[in-house]
Amino acid sequence: MMLIPCPFCGHRSESEFAYGGPVKPDRPDPHTTSDEDWVEYLTTVPNPLGPVQERWWHVKGCGTWLTIWRDTRTHDIVEGPGDAG
Amino acid sequence: MQDRRFPTGGRIDRGQPLAFRFNGKEYTGFSGDTLASALLANNVRLTARSFKYHRPRGIVGSGPEEPATLVELDGRHASANQAATTVRLEDGMAARSVNCWPSPGLDVGAVNQLFAGLIPAGFYYKTFKWPGWHLYEPTIRKAAGLAGAPEAPPLDGHFEAVHAHADVLVVGAGPAGLMAALVAGRAGRRVFLADERIEAGGSLLDRRLEIAGRPALDWVAESVAELETMPNVTHLQDASAWAYREHNCLMVNERSLVNSTVLERNWRVRAGRVILATGAIERGLVFPQNDRPGVMLASAAQAYVNRFAVKPGERTVVFANNDSAYGVASDLRASGIDVAAIVDSRDVIPDFARNFAGDIPIRAGAVVVGVRGRRAVRGVAVAERDGRGAEKIDCDLLLHSGGWNPTVHLFSQSRGRLRYDDSLATFVPDEAVQACASVGGAAGELSLASALRTGAEAAAKATGTKIPDLPAATEESYSIAPLWHVDAPGAKGKAFLDIQNDVTVDDVRLALIEGYDSVEHVKRYTTGGMGFDQGKTGNVNIVGTIARQKGVPLQDVGTTTFRPPYTPVSFGAIGGIREESVVLPYRHTPVTRWNLDRGAFMYEAGARWRRPGYFPCGDEMFQETVNRECRAVRECVGVYDGSPLGKFELKGRDVDRFLDHIYTNLMSTLKPGQCRYGLMLTEDGLILDDGVAMRLGEHRWLVSTSTAHADTVHGHMDELLQTQFPDWNVHVTPVTSQWNNATVCGPKAREVVAALDTDIDLSPEELPFMRFADGHVAGLPARVVRVSFTGELSFEINVAPRHMRDLWERIMEAGEPFGIEPVGSEASHVLRVEKGFLSLGHEVDGTVDAHDLGMGWIMSKKKGDYVGKRSVELRRRGNAIRRELVGLLPVDPNVQIPEGAPLTPGGETRPTEGLVTACVWSVVLDRWVALALLENGQSRHGETVHVRLKNATVAADVMAPVFYDPEGRKMRS
Repeated sequence: MMLIPCPFCGHRSESEFAYGGPVKPDRPDPHTTSDEDWVEYLTTVPNPLGPVQERWWHVKGCGTWLTIWRDTRTHDIVEGPGDAG
Repeated sequence: MQDRRFPTGGRIDRGQPLAFRFNGKEYTGFSGDTLASALLANNVRLTARSFKYHRPRGIVGSGPEEPATLVELDGRHASANQAATTVRLEDGMAARSVNCWPSPGLDVGAVNQLFAGLIPAGFYYKTFKWPGWHLYEPTIRKAAGLAGAPEAPPLDGHFEAVHAHADVLVVGAGPAGLMAALVAGRAGRRVFLADERIEAGGSLLDRRLEIAGRPALDWVAESVAELETMPNVTHLQDASAWAYREHNCLMVNERSLVNSTVLERNWRVRAGRVILATGAIERGLVFPQNDRPGVMLASAAQAYVNRFAVKPGERTVVFANNDSAYGVASDLRASGIDVAAIVDSRDVIPDFARNFAGDIPIRAGAVVVGVRGRRAVRGVAVAERDGRGAEKIDCDLLLHSGGWNPTVHLFSQSRGRLRYDDSLATFVPDEAVQACASVGGAAGELSLASALRTGAEAAAKATGTKIPDLPAATEESYSIAPLWHVDAPGAKGKAFLDIQNDVTVDDVRLALIEGYDSVEHVKRYTTGGMGFDQGKTGNVNIVGTIARQKGVPLQDVGTTTFRPPYTPVSFGAIGGIREESVVLPYRHTPVTRWNLDRGAFMYEAGARWRRPGYFPCGDEMFQETVNRECRAVRECVGVYDGSPLGKFELKGRDVDRFLDHIYTNLMSTLKPGQCRYGLMLTEDGLILDDGVAMRLGEHRWLVSTSTAHADTVHGHMDELLQTQFPDWNVHVTPVTSQWNNATVCGPKAREVVAALDTDIDLSPEELPFMRFADGHVAGLPARVVRVSFTGELSFEINVAPRHMRDLWERIMEAGEPFGIEPVGSEASHVLRVEKGFLSLGHEVDGTVDAHDLGMGWIMSKKKGDYVGKRSVELRRRGNAIRRELVGLLPVDPNVQIPEGAPLTPGGETRPTEGLVTACVWSVVLDRWVALALLENGQSRHGETVHVRLKNATVAADVMAPVFYDPEGRKMRS
């Protein structure tokens, strides 16, 4: 069971959070994007071996959606590449 | 008669005799015994039958490593497949051997031994292939005969799960662990110390060692007493750390609690640093007939003699490849057991060991090549490694020691890597990955002095304190020459690597010949190491046997993966009190009590809300009840409790554009006081939820959702606001439980609400359909909303929960002259089907979109963008055949169609063209009516289609999906 840093509550057990999935690129503008790019945005979820940026919802805590980098090989919560926070 | 019990000594309380039954016979033991020690004290030698060949087996070990004797406990201790060596004896306990019928002495399955040569590794997989293994598996498993799970939950008591936090978690209260706990405790840190045995001391309980010139157990007692004085220390005995998970989270299962109503308590301990003082486990030697009752690990015999004051035999032979067995021989002889010989596979024996042996004859460079006696050891055959100098020695106990394996299970679970150590001939912890340190035997530090030292060092490092002066202790030496299995000429018969799963040296050889090359494959093919003991005494011998066969170093073979649990844990303990009713309690409305008093049949209706299904009257049949409730709504008036609907209050300057983004239709054009039905999609264009949005004020809205999807919608809104639109000014407050409502519906609804005495003008001009008004109803502050889920004139009266019961009773009172009936979920379902109102989970199943439901009008064309818009457009562009919502009238009006039944062309055995989503008895049409999703259904009205059932087809006419008041005049009235 991981220990996830919540920006408001500090380190809390994984069981207080709901998984929000890997962070996708920004939503493309539906007016200008191509069909292929839209489908790509919808269906291709980042699934790297190594650090992945993902969202968690502190649903049984303060309700914050937060973003962390997690190494999929070790579950270590790590500094992301060029991560500003 | 405990005729194998020494009159004095041991960690047992002779003042507390305990009566117990084993395989139906009565015995007594003492407080402090395990089931195994009590059986040995009563000279019960044959205690089990083996898993595959049903060979007679006895007790081999003294702790969780026990590979042979598994028992099933009955009565209040009911549990399956427990190692007899870890069962704490209690008065009145009843245990049975698991793998034999009717008893280990007379076992019908023993006939398997005759065919043993025909049951090699992989026999079952190879033989029972056609048509599929799964056809045979249940019978084979049953023949294998391990105990089943208890059939009922425990009669008294419950399981518990708790969280704990520690700066330093110490696993194991042997010399290293106690020392570590003392150092960390004295430094004032929060210390959590857990040990699997009944009392602290670890290996010191089993041996006769000294610390600071006094018996080591005095030091143990003083240390435990000192820890007890420290409020910052939690010390648990009979508590196994069984899992080491990510981020230093460990699971500790505590048994034998002071509060006997707690059967077991599972601790989830999050630790700053973990000190693993889990000790080491002796592994066996592998030689022919090494599984006979009376063949025992040397360290186990030492434990039985010293800790339990039990004499495991009268005359013993000790077979070893290392020095530790010499101390055992010395202890046994001091207790009056005749040690006939020490057989040592090494040519050169260190003086350190020889000094222990005294005048016991030693045969160096020799091995045991066979054991006499089937149901009990009667003697051994010994020869030199090249087969010369064979001799037979009579004995009733054969002790063996193949070396010591550090208990690296938790370390390995923490993802720490292991390294093969040549001088110890075993795997030891290498680099740690998480914040943990291995000390003492767990780190391969096998002497007492080094255990104390490494324990103190690790705790000093963890707490940033100085290493204290250590008490003096013997620095025993230890040397070993690996012997993975005996293959001297003349050594014939089955030599077991894994005693529990009956895996022999030949099985491993066969697996390698057949190409199962990696240690993980060998494990799965032979099942070696897959028993309840997880190969604690045998796995390293398997690795050694593979290495030898392949001619590679053990490091290259490696170990199999260590996975939790370290020792078996009851499912109850893992679940704790998170039993269903506690984890997911039912949600109730203030009307529940009234419903029950009224005789309602209650069940769950989405998101754990417990609601009335229907209100039976007299000896009505189910359908009669539902019809009566439906007729009340259609003909006069009914009332239902709509409180469970999800409700969210949204405030802020940007709510308008936010709602326009999440609903498919335009919401921002609503004026205060107006409501609008809306649909929410997910970004991939599927329907997420439907509900009603109300504008309360310029920047204040109330959004209602379906009962089942309230939490989903909440998450959806929160995620969008926090991740996509963090700069939008929208605040979402869940108010599901802050607003309850009673919905009065039916042609007489207005008269009933008027009779309640209200200051709200209920006329259709002032309060038309899809409007709401705030005021008072029956003297209670209320909001009255004109929405309808039944197709009738409806007033949804919303009040605070504390007023709900009051309101409800007033409505029933006021409605009585009009024939009001309370309406349950069943009637609500009928009423919405008659109107063709969609229901998520029935008509909306994750494939349909709004157009399929005939609701294309709700997909705004004015808005450039909203969630799901692009995806719906994309999906519909291909002109693919869609399943569309239709109404069905069975040609025979008295035929009910099961919900979910498939529609096929002509009712033939062909691919389906749709399915029936709902079928109800319509009180307005006096017949069965159904809703269905049908391919191109919207252009097939008037056609006859066929429902294909198992033994019949049902013809039905297709029509528009609305059976009652298609213009919606009633609900607008």
